Amino acid sequence: MTEVEKQLHASPRNYRYIAVVTLLVLVLFGWSLLVVNFRDVNAGGFKIALNILKGIVTPDPDLLFNVTKQSVLYLLAETVAIAFLGTIVGAVLSVPLAFLAASNLVPKPVSWLTRLLLIVIRTIPALVYGLIFIRVSGLGPFAGVLTIGLTSIGMLAKLYVDAIEELDTKVLESMTSIGCTTFEKIRYGIFPQLLSIFLSVTIYRFDMNMREASILGLVGAGGIGAPLIFAMNSYKWHQVGSLLIGLVVLILIIELISNKLRAKLVKG
Amino acid sequence: MYDKIFPPKKMVLPSGKVVLEKRSRTPLILLILIAATVLSVNFTGFSLPLLFTRIDKFFSLIGDMIPPKWSYMSALWNALFATLQMSLLGSVVGAVLAVPFAVLASSNIIRNKTVVAVFKIILSLLRTLPTLVTALIATFIFGLGPMAGVVAILLFTLSYVGKLLYEQIENAEMGSFEAMEAAGMTRVQAFRYAIMPQVFPGYLSTSLFCFEGNVRYAAILGYVGAGGVGLLINENLGWRDYPRVGMIILALIVTVYLIEAVSEHFRKRLI
Repeated sequence: MTEVEKQLHASPRNYRYIAVVTLLVLVLFGWSLLVVNFRDVNAGGFKIALNILKGIVTPDPDLLFNVTKQSVLYLLAETVAIAFLGTIVGAVLSVPLAFLAASNLVPKPVSWLTRLLLIVIRTIPALVYGLIFIRVSGLGPFAGVLTIGLTSIGMLAKLYVDAIEELDTKVLESMTSIGCTTFEKIRYGIFPQLLSIFLSVTIYRFDMNMREASILGLVGAGGIGAPLIFAMNSYKWHQVGSLLIGLVVLILIIELISNKLRAKLVKG
Repeated sequence: MYDKIFPPKKMVLPSGKVVLEKRSRTPLILLILIAATVLSVNFTGFSLPLLFTRIDKFFSLIGDMIPPKWSYMSALWNALFATLQMSLLGSVVGAVLAVPFAVLASSNIIRNKTVVAVFKIILSLLRTLPTLVTALIATFIFGLGPMAGVVAILLFTLSYVGKLLYEQIENAEMGSFEAMEAAGMTRVQAFRYAIMPQVFPGYLSTSLFCFEGNVRYAAILGYVGAGGVGLLINENLGWRDYPRVGMIILALIVTVYLIEAVSEHFRKRLI
Protein backbone atom coordinates (compact mmCIF):
# COMPACT_ATOMS: atom_id res chain seq x y z
CA MET A 1 0.00 0.00 0.00
CA THR A 2 1.43 3.34 -0.96
CA GLU A 3 1.39 6.46 1.15
CA VAL A 4 -1.44 7.94 -0.92
CA GLU A 5 -3.65 4.86 -0.57
CA LYS A 6 -3.08 4.79 3.19
CA GLN A 7 -4.15 8.39 3.45
CA LEU A 8 -7.23 7.62 1.36
CA HIS A 9 -8.27 4.73 3.62
CA ALA A 10 -7.57 6.76 6.72
CA SER A 11 -10.13 9.42 5.80
CA PRO A 12 -13.21 9.26 8.04
CA ARG A 13 -16.27 7.56 6.56
CA ASN A 14 -19.78 7.63 7.87
CA TYR A 15 -21.33 4.96 5.68
CA ARG A 16 -23.81 3.89 8.31
CA TYR A 17 -25.18 7.40 8.72
CA ILE A 18 -25.47 7.86 4.95
CA ALA A 19 -27.11 4.44 4.60
CA VAL A 20 -29.72 5.21 7.27
CA VAL A 21 -30.58 8.57 5.73
CA THR A 22 -30.77 7.08 2.24
CA LEU A 23 -33.03 4.29 3.48
CA LEU A 24 -35.29 6.82 5.17
CA VAL A 25 -35.55 8.92 2.04
CA LEU A 26 -36.28 5.83 -0.04
CA VAL A 27 -39.05 4.71 2.34
CA LEU A 28 -40.62 8.16 2.28
CA PHE A 29 -40.28 8.24 -1.50
CA GLY A 30 -42.00 4.87 -1.76
CA TRP A 31 -44.79 6.15 0.47
CA SER A 32 -45.27 9.22 -1.70
CA LEU A 33 -45.48 7.04 -4.82
CA LEU A 34 -48.97 6.16 -3.56
CA VAL A 35 -50.35 9.36 -5.07
CA VAL A 36 -49.30 8.35 -8.57
CA ASN A 37 -52.15 7.31 -10.74
CA PHE A 38 -52.72 7.53 -14.43
CA ARG A 39 -56.40 6.67 -14.17
CA ASP A 40 -57.53 9.87 -15.83
CA VAL A 41 -54.87 9.94 -18.50
CA ASN A 42 -56.32 8.99 -21.83
CA ALA A 43 -56.23 10.06 -25.46
CA GLY A 44 -58.41 13.06 -24.55
CA GLY A 45 -55.72 14.36 -22.26
CA PHE A 46 -53.13 14.30 -24.98
CA LYS A 47 -55.48 16.01 -27.40
CA ILE A 48 -55.96 18.77 -24.84
CA ALA A 49 -52.20 18.99 -24.34
CA LEU A 50 -51.73 19.37 -28.08
CA ASN A 51 -54.42 22.05 -28.22
CA ILE A 52 -52.74 23.93 -25.38
CA LEU A 53 -49.40 23.83 -27.16
CA LYS A 54 -50.99 24.95 -30.42
CA GLY A 55 -52.71 27.84 -28.66
CA ILE A 56 -49.58 28.96 -26.89
CA VAL A 57 -47.47 29.04 -30.05
CA THR A 58 -50.19 30.89 -32.00
CA PRO A 59 -51.15 33.64 -29.55
CA ASP A 60 -54.00 36.04 -30.12
CA PRO A 61 -52.19 39.11 -31.54
CA ASP A 62 -55.14 41.43 -31.01
CA LEU A 63 -55.14 40.82 -27.25
CA LEU A 64 -51.38 41.19 -27.12
CA PHE A 65 -51.09 44.60 -28.75
CA ASN A 66 -54.22 46.70 -28.18
CA VAL A 67 -54.33 49.19 -25.34
CA THR A 68 -57.72 48.76 -23.68
CA LYS A 69 -58.24 47.71 -20.07
CA GLN A 70 -58.45 44.04 -21.03
CA SER A 71 -55.24 44.01 -23.02
CA VAL A 72 -52.16 42.09 -22.01
CA LEU A 73 -50.10 45.27 -21.70
CA TYR A 74 -52.53 46.89 -19.27
CA LEU A 75 -52.76 43.73 -17.17
CA LEU A 76 -49.00 43.40 -17.07
CA ALA A 77 -48.63 47.03 -15.99
CA GLU A 78 -51.15 46.38 -13.22
CA THR A 79 -49.25 43.27 -12.14
CA VAL A 80 -45.96 45.17 -12.00
CA ALA A 81 -47.65 47.96 -10.03
CA ILE A 82 -48.99 45.43 -7.50
CA ALA A 83 -45.62 43.76 -7.12
CA PHE A 84 -43.75 47.08 -6.86
CA LEU A 85 -46.02 48.69 -4.32
CA GLY A 86 -46.31 45.45 -2.36
CA THR A 87 -42.54 45.20 -2.17
CA ILE A 88 -42.29 48.76 -0.88
CA VAL A 89 -44.97 48.17 1.74
CA GLY A 90 -43.25 44.94 2.78
CA ALA A 91 -39.81 46.56 2.94
CA VAL A 92 -41.06 49.47 5.04
CA LEU A 93 -42.75 47.12 7.51
CA SER A 94 -39.78 44.73 7.59
CA VAL A 95 -37.16 47.22 8.77
CA PRO A 96 -38.54 47.73 12.32
CA LEU A 97 -39.37 44.01 12.61
CA ALA A 98 -35.83 43.12 11.55
CA PHE A 99 -34.31 45.37 14.22
CA LEU A 100 -36.66 43.80 16.79
CA ALA A 101 -35.55 40.31 15.76
CA ALA A 102 -31.80 40.98 15.74
CA SER A 103 -30.41 39.11 18.72
CA ASN A 104 -27.43 41.46 19.07
CA LEU A 105 -29.64 44.53 19.61
CA VAL A 106 -32.68 43.54 21.69
CA PRO A 107 -33.17 41.17 24.65
CA LYS A 108 -33.49 37.47 23.83
CA PRO A 109 -37.26 37.06 24.52
CA VAL A 110 -38.14 39.98 22.23
CA SER A 111 -36.04 38.70 19.36
CA TRP A 112 -37.37 35.17 19.85
CA LEU A 113 -41.00 36.34 19.81
CA THR A 114 -40.45 38.46 16.71
CA ARG A 115 -38.81 35.52 14.97
CA LEU A 116 -41.79 33.30 15.82
CA LEU A 117 -44.11 35.94 14.37
CA LEU A 118 -42.00 36.03 11.20
CA ILE A 119 -42.15 32.24 10.83
CA VAL A 120 -45.94 32.32 11.18
CA ILE A 121 -46.23 35.11 8.60
CA ARG A 122 -43.93 33.25 6.22
CA THR A 123 -45.73 29.92 6.44
CA ILE A 124 -49.25 31.04 5.60
CA PRO A 125 -49.66 30.72 1.82
CA ALA A 126 -50.08 33.99 -0.09
CA LEU A 127 -53.45 32.89 -1.44
CA VAL A 128 -54.84 32.68 2.09
CA TYR A 129 -53.82 36.27 2.76
CA GLY A 130 -55.34 37.17 -0.60
CA LEU A 131 -58.65 35.57 0.38
CA ILE A 132 -58.63 37.41 3.71
CA PHE A 133 -57.67 40.78 2.23
CA ILE A 134 -60.38 40.76 -0.42
CA ARG A 135 -62.77 40.76 2.52
CA VAL A 136 -60.95 43.81 3.90
CA SER A 137 -60.48 46.02 0.88
CA GLY A 138 -62.83 44.49 -1.64
CA LEU A 139 -61.94 42.80 -4.92
CA GLY A 140 -59.19 44.44 -6.92
CA PRO A 141 -55.50 45.23 -7.08
CA PHE A 142 -55.49 46.95 -3.66
CA ALA A 143 -55.99 43.58 -1.97
CA GLY A 144 -53.11 42.27 -4.07
CA VAL A 145 -50.79 45.01 -2.83
CA LEU A 146 -51.63 44.24 0.80
CA THR A 147 -51.15 40.52 0.25
CA ILE A 148 -47.78 40.95 -1.43
CA GLY A 149 -46.74 43.39 1.27
CA LEU A 150 -47.55 40.96 4.06
CA THR A 151 -46.01 37.90 2.41
CA SER A 152 -42.83 39.82 1.62
CA ILE A 153 -42.27 40.60 5.30
CA GLY A 154 -41.45 36.99 6.15
CA MET A 155 -38.49 36.70 3.83
CA LEU A 156 -37.35 40.34 3.78
CA ALA A 157 -37.19 40.65 7.57
CA LYS A 158 -35.34 37.34 7.87
CA LEU A 159 -32.64 38.40 5.42
CA TYR A 160 -32.45 41.91 6.93
CA VAL A 161 -31.87 40.30 10.33
CA ASP A 162 -28.93 38.34 8.92
CA ALA A 163 -27.43 41.59 7.61
CA ILE A 164 -27.93 43.38 10.93
CA GLU A 165 -26.40 40.53 12.92
CA GLU A 166 -23.33 40.54 10.70
CA LEU A 167 -22.71 44.27 11.20
CA ASP A 168 -19.01 45.08 11.49
CA THR A 169 -18.81 46.71 14.94
CA LYS A 170 -15.12 47.56 14.61
CA VAL A 171 -16.08 50.51 12.45
CA LEU A 172 -18.28 51.84 15.24
CA GLU A 173 -15.52 51.43 17.81
CA SER A 174 -13.06 53.38 15.71
CA MET A 175 -15.67 56.07 15.12
CA THR A 176 -16.23 56.35 18.87
CA SER A 177 -12.50 56.69 19.37
CA ILE A 178 -12.27 59.65 17.00
CA GLY A 179 -15.23 61.29 18.73
CA CYS A 180 -18.23 60.81 16.45
CA THR A 181 -21.73 61.47 17.81
CA THR A 182 -24.37 58.74 17.85
CA PHE A 183 -26.07 60.22 14.82
CA GLU A 184 -22.81 60.31 12.88
CA LYS A 185 -22.12 56.72 13.86
CA ILE A 186 -25.49 55.62 12.52
CA ARG A 187 -25.20 57.72 9.37
CA TYR A 188 -21.61 56.83 8.42
CA GLY A 189 -21.01 53.59 10.33
CA ILE A 190 -24.21 51.54 10.15
CA PHE A 191 -26.22 52.99 7.27
CA PRO A 192 -23.69 52.32 4.46
CA GLN A 193 -23.16 48.76 5.65
CA LEU A 194 -26.85 47.92 5.66
CA LEU A 195 -28.15 49.93 2.72
CA SER A 196 -26.59 47.93 -0.11
CA ILE A 197 -27.61 44.56 1.39
CA PHE A 198 -31.14 45.77 2.17
CA LEU A 199 -31.54 47.12 -1.36
CA SER A 200 -30.18 43.97 -2.94
CA VAL A 201 -32.52 41.75 -0.90
CA THR A 202 -35.48 44.02 -1.68
CA ILE A 203 -34.79 43.94 -5.41
CA TYR A 204 -34.58 40.15 -5.27
CA ARG A 205 -37.90 40.03 -3.45
CA PHE A 206 -39.47 42.29 -6.08
CA ASP A 207 -38.39 39.75 -8.65
CA MET A 208 -40.15 36.99 -6.66
CA ASN A 209 -43.19 39.17 -6.05
CA MET A 210 -43.72 39.47 -9.79
CA ARG A 211 -44.44 35.74 -9.82
CA GLU A 212 -46.67 35.96 -6.75
CA ALA A 213 -48.59 38.89 -8.18
CA SER A 214 -49.22 37.00 -11.38
CA ILE A 215 -51.18 34.29 -9.56
CA LEU A 216 -53.04 36.46 -7.05
CA GLY A 217 -55.65 37.30 -9.65
CA LEU A 218 -56.93 33.80 -9.00
CA VAL A 219 -58.61 34.95 -5.80
CA GLY A 220 -59.71 38.26 -7.30
CA ALA A 221 -56.80 40.36 -6.08
CA GLY A 222 -56.01 42.01 -9.40
CA GLY A 223 -53.28 41.49 -11.94
CA ILE A 224 -52.97 39.14 -14.87
CA GLY A 225 -53.92 36.00 -12.93
CA ALA A 226 -57.70 36.27 -13.21
CA PRO A 227 -57.95 36.66 -17.01
CA LEU A 228 -55.39 33.88 -17.37
CA ILE A 229 -57.40 31.43 -15.29
CA PHE A 230 -60.70 32.44 -16.95
CA ALA A 231 -59.18 31.90 -20.38
CA MET A 232 -57.87 28.51 -19.31
CA ASN A 233 -61.13 27.37 -17.77
CA SER A 234 -63.01 28.33 -20.92
CA TYR A 235 -60.40 26.59 -23.12
CA LYS A 236 -59.45 29.76 -25.02
CA TRP A 237 -55.90 28.63 -25.60
CA HIS A 238 -54.98 31.43 -28.03
CA GLN A 239 -55.74 33.98 -25.32
CA VAL A 240 -53.85 31.89 -22.79
CA GLY A 241 -50.96 31.92 -25.24
CA SER A 242 -50.80 35.69 -25.51
CA LEU A 243 -51.20 36.20 -21.76
CA LEU A 244 -48.52 33.65 -20.94
CA ILE A 245 -46.08 34.99 -23.52
CA GLY A 246 -46.50 38.51 -22.17
CA LEU A 247 -46.01 37.30 -18.61
CA VAL A 248 -42.97 35.16 -19.35
CA VAL A 249 -41.24 37.93 -21.33
CA LEU A 250 -41.93 40.49 -18.61
CA ILE A 251 -40.68 38.21 -15.82
CA LEU A 252 -37.52 37.42 -17.78
CA ILE A 253 -36.83 41.12 -18.43
CA ILE A 254 -37.36 42.00 -14.77
CA GLU A 255 -35.12 39.14 -13.69
CA LEU A 256 -32.38 40.37 -16.03
CA ILE A 257 -32.59 43.94 -14.72
CA SER A 258 -32.73 42.77 -11.11
CA ASN A 259 -29.65 40.56 -11.58
CA LYS A 260 -27.72 43.47 -13.15
CA LEU A 261 -28.71 45.88 -10.37
CA ARG A 262 -27.84 43.41 -7.65
CA ALA A 263 -24.47 42.60 -9.17
CA LYS A 264 -23.75 46.34 -9.26
CA LEU A 265 -24.85 46.77 -5.63
CA VAL A 266 -22.68 43.91 -4.40
CA LYS A 267 -19.60 45.13 -6.29
CA GLY A 268 -20.26 48.69 -5.10
CA MET B 1 -24.92 60.59 -20.07
CA TYR B 2 -25.74 61.59 -16.51
CA ASP B 3 -22.29 63.06 -16.09
CA LYS B 4 -22.79 65.30 -19.13
CA ILE B 5 -25.99 66.89 -17.77
CA PHE B 6 -24.58 67.33 -14.27
CA PRO B 7 -20.84 67.90 -14.82
CA PRO B 8 -18.59 66.39 -12.14
CA LYS B 9 -17.37 68.67 -9.40
CA LYS B 10 -13.80 69.84 -9.94
CA MET B 11 -11.40 69.93 -7.01
CA VAL B 12 -7.86 71.28 -7.16
CA LEU B 13 -5.51 69.50 -4.81
CA PRO B 14 -2.71 71.45 -3.05
CA SER B 15 -0.28 69.85 -5.51
CA GLY B 16 -2.12 71.53 -8.36
CA LYS B 17 -3.64 68.28 -9.65
CA VAL B 18 -7.31 68.45 -10.69
CA VAL B 19 -9.61 65.69 -9.43
CA LEU B 20 -13.16 65.14 -10.67
CA GLU B 21 -15.85 64.04 -8.21
CA LYS B 22 -18.84 62.49 -9.95
CA ARG B 23 -22.21 63.86 -8.85
CA SER B 24 -24.28 61.53 -6.69
CA ARG B 25 -26.93 59.57 -8.52
CA THR B 26 -29.10 59.23 -5.43
CA PRO B 27 -31.48 62.12 -6.31
CA LEU B 28 -32.16 60.60 -9.73
CA ILE B 29 -32.81 57.14 -8.28
CA LEU B 30 -35.07 58.61 -5.60
CA LEU B 31 -36.98 60.58 -8.23
CA ILE B 32 -37.54 57.43 -10.31
CA LEU B 33 -38.64 55.47 -7.24
CA ILE B 34 -41.09 58.18 -6.19
CA ALA B 35 -42.51 58.45 -9.69
CA ALA B 36 -42.92 54.66 -9.87
CA THR B 37 -44.63 54.62 -6.48
CA VAL B 38 -47.08 57.37 -7.45
CA LEU B 39 -47.86 55.58 -10.71
CA SER B 40 -48.42 52.28 -8.92
CA VAL B 41 -50.65 53.93 -6.33
CA ASN B 42 -52.80 55.24 -9.15
CA PHE B 43 -52.83 51.90 -10.90
CA THR B 44 -53.81 49.81 -7.91
CA GLY B 45 -56.14 52.21 -6.10
CA PHE B 46 -53.99 52.03 -2.97
CA SER B 47 -55.49 54.19 -0.26
CA LEU B 48 -54.20 54.48 3.28
CA PRO B 49 -57.47 55.88 4.74
CA LEU B 50 -59.36 52.86 3.47
CA LEU B 51 -56.68 50.61 4.91
CA PHE B 52 -56.83 52.25 8.32
CA THR B 53 -60.61 52.19 8.52
CA ARG B 54 -60.91 48.57 7.41
CA ILE B 55 -57.78 46.94 8.83
CA ASP B 56 -59.64 45.94 12.00
CA LYS B 57 -61.64 43.60 9.77
CA PHE B 58 -58.38 41.76 9.04
CA PHE B 59 -57.62 41.33 12.73
CA SER B 60 -61.18 40.31 13.55
CA LEU B 61 -60.96 37.65 10.82
CA ILE B 62 -57.70 36.41 12.31
CA GLY B 63 -59.38 36.57 15.72
CA ASP B 64 -62.19 34.36 14.43
CA MET B 65 -59.60 31.71 13.59
CA ILE B 66 -58.50 31.57 17.22
CA PRO B 67 -59.10 29.22 18.88
CA PRO B 68 -58.92 26.74 16.00
CA LYS B 69 -61.45 23.92 15.84
CA TRP B 70 -59.34 21.04 17.14
CA SER B 71 -61.83 18.33 16.24
CA TYR B 72 -61.37 19.20 12.57
CA MET B 73 -57.82 17.83 12.68
CA SER B 74 -59.06 14.25 12.22
CA ALA B 75 -60.52 15.20 8.83
CA LEU B 76 -57.32 16.95 7.90
CA TRP B 77 -54.74 14.15 7.99
CA ASN B 78 -55.54 12.82 4.53
CA ALA B 79 -55.19 16.18 2.83
CA LEU B 80 -52.07 17.00 4.80
CA PHE B 81 -50.45 13.70 3.84
CA ALA B 82 -51.45 14.18 0.22
CA THR B 83 -49.76 17.58 0.31
CA LEU B 84 -46.58 16.06 1.72
CA GLN B 85 -46.61 13.17 -0.72
CA MET B 86 -47.11 15.55 -3.64
CA SER B 87 -44.24 17.76 -2.66
CA LEU B 88 -41.88 14.90 -1.79
CA LEU B 89 -42.51 12.98 -5.01
CA GLY B 90 -42.35 16.10 -7.16
CA SER B 91 -39.18 17.31 -5.46
CA VAL B 92 -37.31 14.01 -5.67
CA VAL B 93 -38.18 13.27 -9.29
CA GLY B 94 -37.67 16.90 -10.30
CA ALA B 95 -34.29 17.10 -8.59
CA VAL B 96 -33.11 13.86 -10.24
CA LEU B 97 -34.30 15.01 -13.67
CA ALA B 98 -32.55 18.33 -13.10
CA VAL B 99 -29.13 16.65 -13.26
CA PRO B 100 -29.09 15.78 -16.99
CA PHE B 101 -30.72 19.12 -17.82
CA ALA B 102 -28.13 21.02 -15.80
CA VAL B 103 -25.22 19.10 -17.34
CA LEU B 104 -26.55 19.76 -20.84
CA ALA B 105 -26.92 23.46 -19.99
CA SER B 106 -23.35 23.91 -18.69
CA SER B 107 -21.15 25.63 -21.23
CA ASN B 108 -17.92 24.20 -19.77
CA ILE B 109 -19.00 20.56 -20.15
CA ILE B 110 -20.95 20.62 -23.40
CA ARG B 111 -19.01 22.11 -26.28
CA ASN B 112 -22.01 22.49 -28.61
CA LYS B 113 -23.25 26.05 -28.09
CA THR B 114 -26.72 25.40 -29.54
CA VAL B 115 -27.44 22.55 -27.10
CA VAL B 116 -26.37 24.69 -24.15
CA ALA B 117 -28.49 27.63 -25.28
CA VAL B 118 -31.55 25.45 -25.90
CA PHE B 119 -31.40 23.83 -22.46
CA LYS B 120 -30.79 27.16 -20.74
CA ILE B 121 -33.85 28.60 -22.47
CA ILE B 122 -35.97 25.57 -21.52
CA LEU B 123 -34.96 25.91 -17.87
CA SER B 124 -35.66 29.64 -17.68
CA LEU B 125 -39.01 29.32 -19.48
CA LEU B 126 -40.10 26.59 -17.07
CA ARG B 127 -39.02 28.73 -14.15
CA THR B 128 -41.06 31.75 -15.17
CA LEU B 129 -44.31 29.80 -15.57
CA PRO B 130 -46.24 30.25 -12.31
CA THR B 131 -46.69 26.91 -10.52
CA LEU B 132 -50.45 27.39 -10.29
CA VAL B 133 -50.69 27.76 -14.06
CA THR B 134 -48.71 24.57 -14.67
CA ALA B 135 -50.88 22.84 -12.08
CA LEU B 136 -54.05 23.98 -13.82
CA ILE B 137 -52.78 22.76 -17.20
CA ALA B 138 -51.79 19.48 -15.53
CA THR B 139 -55.31 19.01 -14.18
CA PHE B 140 -56.60 19.12 -17.75
CA ILE B 141 -54.24 16.31 -18.70
CA PHE B 142 -53.98 14.18 -15.55
CA GLY B 143 -57.42 14.85 -14.13
CA LEU B 144 -58.23 16.46 -10.79
CA GLY B 145 -56.20 15.21 -7.87
CA PRO B 146 -52.70 15.11 -6.43
CA MET B 147 -51.14 13.77 -9.65
CA ALA B 148 -51.52 17.18 -11.29
CA GLY B 149 -49.87 18.77 -8.27
CA VAL B 150 -46.97 16.33 -8.53
CA VAL B 151 -46.41 17.31 -12.17
CA ALA B 152 -46.49 21.04 -11.39
CA ILE B 153 -44.06 20.69 -8.50
CA LEU B 154 -41.83 18.40 -10.56
CA LEU B 155 -41.52 20.97 -13.34
CA PHE B 156 -40.82 23.81 -10.92
CA THR B 157 -38.18 21.79 -9.03
CA LEU B 158 -36.58 20.75 -12.31
CA SER B 159 -36.19 24.35 -13.42
CA TYR B 160 -35.08 25.72 -10.05
CA VAL B 161 -32.58 23.01 -9.10
CA GLY B 162 -31.47 22.78 -12.73
CA LYS B 163 -30.60 26.46 -12.89
CA LEU B 164 -28.67 26.53 -9.61
CA LEU B 165 -26.88 23.29 -10.52
CA TYR B 166 -25.66 24.49 -13.92
CA GLU B 167 -24.42 27.69 -12.33
CA GLN B 168 -22.46 25.59 -9.85
CA ILE B 169 -21.07 23.36 -12.58
CA GLU B 170 -20.01 26.37 -14.62
CA ASN B 171 -18.29 27.89 -11.59
CA ALA B 172 -16.58 24.63 -10.64
CA GLU B 173 -12.81 24.53 -10.68
CA MET B 174 -11.86 22.97 -14.03
CA GLY B 175 -8.17 22.25 -13.34
CA SER B 176 -8.66 18.71 -12.08
CA PHE B 177 -11.14 17.99 -14.88
CA GLU B 178 -8.54 18.96 -17.49
CA ALA B 179 -5.83 17.02 -15.68
CA MET B 180 -7.96 13.86 -15.64
CA GLU B 181 -8.82 14.25 -19.30
CA ALA B 182 -5.14 14.72 -20.08
CA ALA B 183 -4.34 11.57 -18.11
CA GLY B 184 -6.60 9.63 -20.44
CA MET B 185 -9.99 9.50 -18.72
CA THR B 186 -13.12 9.96 -20.76
CA ARG B 187 -15.11 13.16 -20.26
CA VAL B 188 -17.79 11.24 -18.37
CA GLN B 189 -15.23 9.75 -15.96
CA ALA B 190 -13.56 13.12 -15.52
CA PHE B 191 -16.97 14.67 -14.77
CA ARG B 192 -17.70 11.96 -12.22
CA TYR B 193 -14.41 12.38 -10.32
CA ALA B 194 -13.59 16.06 -10.83
CA ILE B 195 -16.89 17.98 -11.00
CA MET B 196 -19.31 15.75 -9.05
CA PRO B 197 -17.50 16.00 -5.69
CA GLN B 198 -17.45 19.78 -6.09
CA VAL B 199 -21.13 20.29 -6.84
CA PHE B 200 -22.80 17.37 -5.02
CA PRO B 201 -23.20 18.91 -1.54
CA GLY B 202 -24.52 22.11 -3.09
CA TYR B 203 -26.93 20.13 -5.23
CA LEU B 204 -28.35 18.22 -2.26
CA SER B 205 -28.65 21.42 -0.28
CA THR B 206 -30.54 23.22 -3.06
CA SER B 207 -32.84 20.25 -3.51
CA LEU B 208 -33.67 20.23 0.18
CA PHE B 209 -34.28 23.97 0.14
CA CYS B 210 -36.54 23.56 -2.88
CA PHE B 211 -38.44 20.78 -1.09
CA GLU B 212 -39.11 23.15 1.82
CA GLY B 213 -40.57 25.71 -0.53
CA ASN B 214 -42.54 23.06 -2.38
CA VAL B 215 -44.41 22.03 0.75
CA ARG B 216 -45.63 25.60 0.98
CA TYR B 217 -46.54 25.65 -2.72
CA ALA B 218 -48.27 22.29 -2.52
CA ALA B 219 -50.51 23.74 0.16
CA ILE B 220 -52.10 26.13 -2.32
CA LEU B 221 -52.21 23.91 -5.39
CA GLY B 222 -55.50 22.46 -4.18
CA TYR B 223 -57.00 25.78 -5.16
CA VAL B 224 -56.99 24.74 -8.81
CA GLY B 225 -58.06 21.20 -7.96
CA ALA B 226 -54.62 19.64 -7.72
CA GLY B 227 -55.17 17.95 -4.34
CA GLY B 228 -53.88 18.72 -0.87
CA VAL B 229 -55.07 21.13 1.79
CA GLY B 230 -55.53 24.08 -0.58
CA LEU B 231 -58.98 22.87 -1.55
CA LEU B 232 -60.05 22.66 2.11
CA ILE B 233 -58.77 26.18 2.83
CA ASN B 234 -60.74 27.54 -0.09
CA GLU B 235 -63.92 25.65 0.84
CA ASN B 236 -63.87 26.66 4.48
CA LEU B 237 -63.09 30.29 3.71
CA GLY B 238 -66.02 30.23 1.32
CA TRP B 239 -68.28 28.90 4.08
CA ARG B 240 -66.80 31.46 6.47
CA ASP B 241 -65.93 28.66 8.86
CA TYR B 242 -62.92 30.49 10.25
CA PRO B 243 -62.10 28.21 13.22
CA ARG B 244 -61.62 25.38 10.72
CA VAL B 245 -59.41 27.59 8.54
CA GLY B 246 -57.44 28.39 11.68
CA MET B 247 -56.96 24.67 12.32
CA ILE B 248 -55.74 24.07 8.76
CA ILE B 249 -53.31 26.98 8.95
CA LEU B 250 -52.03 25.85 12.35
CA ALA B 251 -51.46 22.32 11.02
CA LEU B 252 -49.65 23.80 8.01
CA ILE B 253 -47.45 26.01 10.14
CA VAL B 254 -46.42 23.10 12.35
CA THR B 255 -45.71 20.86 9.35
CA VAL B 256 -43.71 23.47 7.49
CA TYR B 257 -41.80 24.36 10.63
CA LEU B 258 -40.88 20.71 11.26
CA ILE B 259 -39.77 20.19 7.69
CA GLU B 260 -37.73 23.39 7.76
CA ALA B 261 -36.03 22.31 10.97
CA VAL B 262 -35.14 18.87 9.57
CA SER B 263 -33.96 20.27 6.26
CA GLU B 264 -31.91 23.00 7.94
CA HIS B 265 -30.21 20.36 10.08
CA PHE B 266 -29.16 18.39 7.02
CA ARG B 267 -28.18 21.45 5.01
CA LYS B 268 -25.88 22.61 7.80
CA ARG B 269 -24.20 19.20 7.79
CA LEU B 270 -23.76 19.33 4.04
CA ILE B 271 -21.92 22.63 3.93
